[in-house]
Amino acid sequence: MTDQTMAPDAELDCKGLLCPLPVYRTAQAMGRLKAGEVLRVECTDPGSLADFPAFARQRGYTLLSAQDGDGVQVFLLRKEPAR
Amino acid sequence: MRRLALVASKGTLDGAYPPLILAATAAGLGWEAGIFFTFYGLDIIHRKKHRRLKVSPLANPAMPVSLPPLLAALPGMEAVATAMMRRWMKAQRLPEVSEFLDMARESGVKLFACSTTMGVMGIEREDLIEGAEIAGATAFLDFAANADVSMFV
Repeated sequence: MTDQTMAPDAELDCKGLLCPLPVYRTAQAMGRLKAGEVLRVECTDPGSLADFPAFARQRGYTLLSAQDGDGVQVFLLRKEPAR
Repeated sequence: MRRLALVASKGTLDGAYPPLILAATAAGLGWEAGIFFTFYGLDIIHRKKHRRLKVSPLANPAMPVSLPPLLAALPGMEAVATAMMRRWMKAQRLPEVSEFLDMARESGVKLFACSTTMGVMGIEREDLIEGAEIAGATAFLDFAANADVSMFV
């Protein structure tokens, strides 16, 4: 897993939100990124640990890291260049 | 692009959420999504009724406070059950049905209004929310024929 301390290009706070909002808002935020940029997302919905890898797979994004601690899940997602 | 096709047939508050949540999620995944609102499910895209969908305590053994059927049938119990559900949703910051409909429209989810239901229930085009498309089963099946995931909820 990639170092969580790397500086993301954007951050999104989804703490306190339940499905489908974390994924829905993340999709919107990823849409605003340029190719190669990284988004950091914080969630508290325990479902997000399963949802974010699936989200990345479906969208073709790279999930650089997924961490879970103290009830907060932190994800780093990279938007890949179009192929 | 993947496609989700749903049939929403229930006009209750708890029945409205699953199709709306699935469609919003599909949009987030970059999928095309469409919901066919039929029979009581049409209330979900009814201009006025979608704001006052209710939870029925009758024949609902999943209610957190178990009520004998005769008590659940008393006037006012439906309002109590609905208020309770709305309070939980608000506490958990779950968007209202109207907000989910906004999300669906801004992300291009197709909202098919079943034309047969409209005829049976006397519902006119102007009774439906902006963005609803009137369609028969044929148009919906044509959309669903190319779906990767389809569900009746």
